[in-house]
Amino acid sequence: MSSLYDEVAPNPGADTPVRRVTIEVNGEKRTVDVEPRLLLVHLLRQGLALTGTHSGCDTSNCGACTVLFDGSPLKSCTMFAVQADGHKVETVEGMGTASGLHPVQEGFKEEHGLQCGFCTPGMMLASKALLERNPNPTEDEVRWALSGNLCRCTGYQNIVKSVLWAAEKMRNDQPQEA
Amino acid sequence: MYPPKFAYEAPKSIGEAIALLEAGGGEAKILAGGQSLIPMVKLRFASPEMLVDINGIPGLDYMTIDPDGTLRIGALVRHEDLEQSTTLAATHPTLAAAASLVADPIIRTRGTFVGSLCHADPQGDWSATMIALGGRIVVQGPKGKREIDLRNFVVGPFTNALAYNEIAIEAVIPPAKGTPRGSYLKLERRVGDFATASVAVALDMNGATVGRAGCALAGVGGRTIDANDAISVLVGKTLTPENIEAAADAVAAAADPRTDHRGSSDYKRHIVKTFVTRILTNIAHSEQKAA
Repeated sequence: MSSLYDEVAPNPGADTPVRRVTIEVNGEKRTVDVEPRLLLVHLLRQGLALTGTHSGCDTSNCGACTVLFDGSPLKSCTMFAVQADGHKVETVEGMGTASGLHPVQEGFKEEHGLQCGFCTPGMMLASKALLERNPNPTEDEVRWALSGNLCRCTGYQNIVKSVLWAAEKMRNDQPQEA
Repeated sequence: MYPPKFAYEAPKSIGEAIALLEAGGGEAKILAGGQSLIPMVKLRFASPEMLVDINGIPGLDYMTIDPDGTLRIGALVRHEDLEQSTTLAATHPTLAAAASLVADPIIRTRGTFVGSLCHADPQGDWSATMIALGGRIVVQGPKGKREIDLRNFVVGPFTNALAYNEIAIEAVIPPAKGTPRGSYLKLERRVGDFATASVAVALDMNGATVGRAGCALAGVGGRTIDANDAISVLVGKTLTPENIEAAADAVAAAADPRTDHRGSSDYKRHIVKTFVTRILTNIAHSEQKAA
């Protein structure tokens, strides 16, 4: 638990404030001590070793660090970990497993929705949030929903195709579940 | 990037939050959506000693319309709440038009309307819409509440009129005197960029005649440009092409753009004129269809 804390302040003095927070990460309650200035992205990556969440621009522009916060997409470089106390966070690690991919993950595989892969976790979580709200998006709506996520390989065409693929799959799967 | 150390408090009531601000003696800052404040503290443009997180205060996420038509937006209403409203386009078309142009979709899930007004960015979208609509801010301090006209609330770039121990708790938009019409147009180089130039227009129409006219501009001056006087040439008139051009010229003259990496001063002024003309022409066409 001290590792997080060391990340920010290697030799914290008595004046360094530390808060104990409990965050539900991918369905599991995690209790950690954090200094208030620790960013959520760094808690996830260094503190909880969930390195699927990427830290890109660190200035709220690129969306690589996107996670779901109580189900809504959030740039985790723009929230302090302490703010997530009592809330639910979902990262790409919570989406699916290698043998049981989430339809969005399957879509990115089928339609070649990634090149270098750096933006992919953020893209997939933003897409998942979109499809939960709008199961039948138009291409324009997909582009709009992903406009806060940058792909520096500029592979947008296939990313959009992947999301539309996933939307169709999720719509087709639904009657079987019912 | 990490900000300097700060103390963090998460009060459960506005009274507690005010007490914390009071104790902070000017070194405490309110944290709402944080989508401007957190980047600023990370870049160390701001270094408050204490952040008072109001996200845990219940009852601040309301968006209500009084019987007389006054719209009230609580301090924790997110940009996305306005964007997803199914009624806002009919009652407040200027706000509805701006809602999907603020920052990017992910920032909009978290950033707040009132927080954005407090941030007082000269390129902010909401400040322009609020000035065009004659909006006000309700602030609360140890001695109670007061209301501040948005034109007096923003006192300079990134500077608002709040005292150190006051919290902006609500934005108030007065009722339209007639049929509300209007829009917001923004030129941005890419999604999430600040406005190269943007125009907010809000008209209250009495049939084909303009009752009240409001206008404000972002991105074309050191602060949000109040162009209400300029567009008032339309009051009592109909939206003929001649009247629209006169109004667009008057508003463009009120802009104070500077040449920078987003474009030349002449270009930005031209965009302002084009946007005013476009908004007014669209309103004229929809009035003709309705008639």
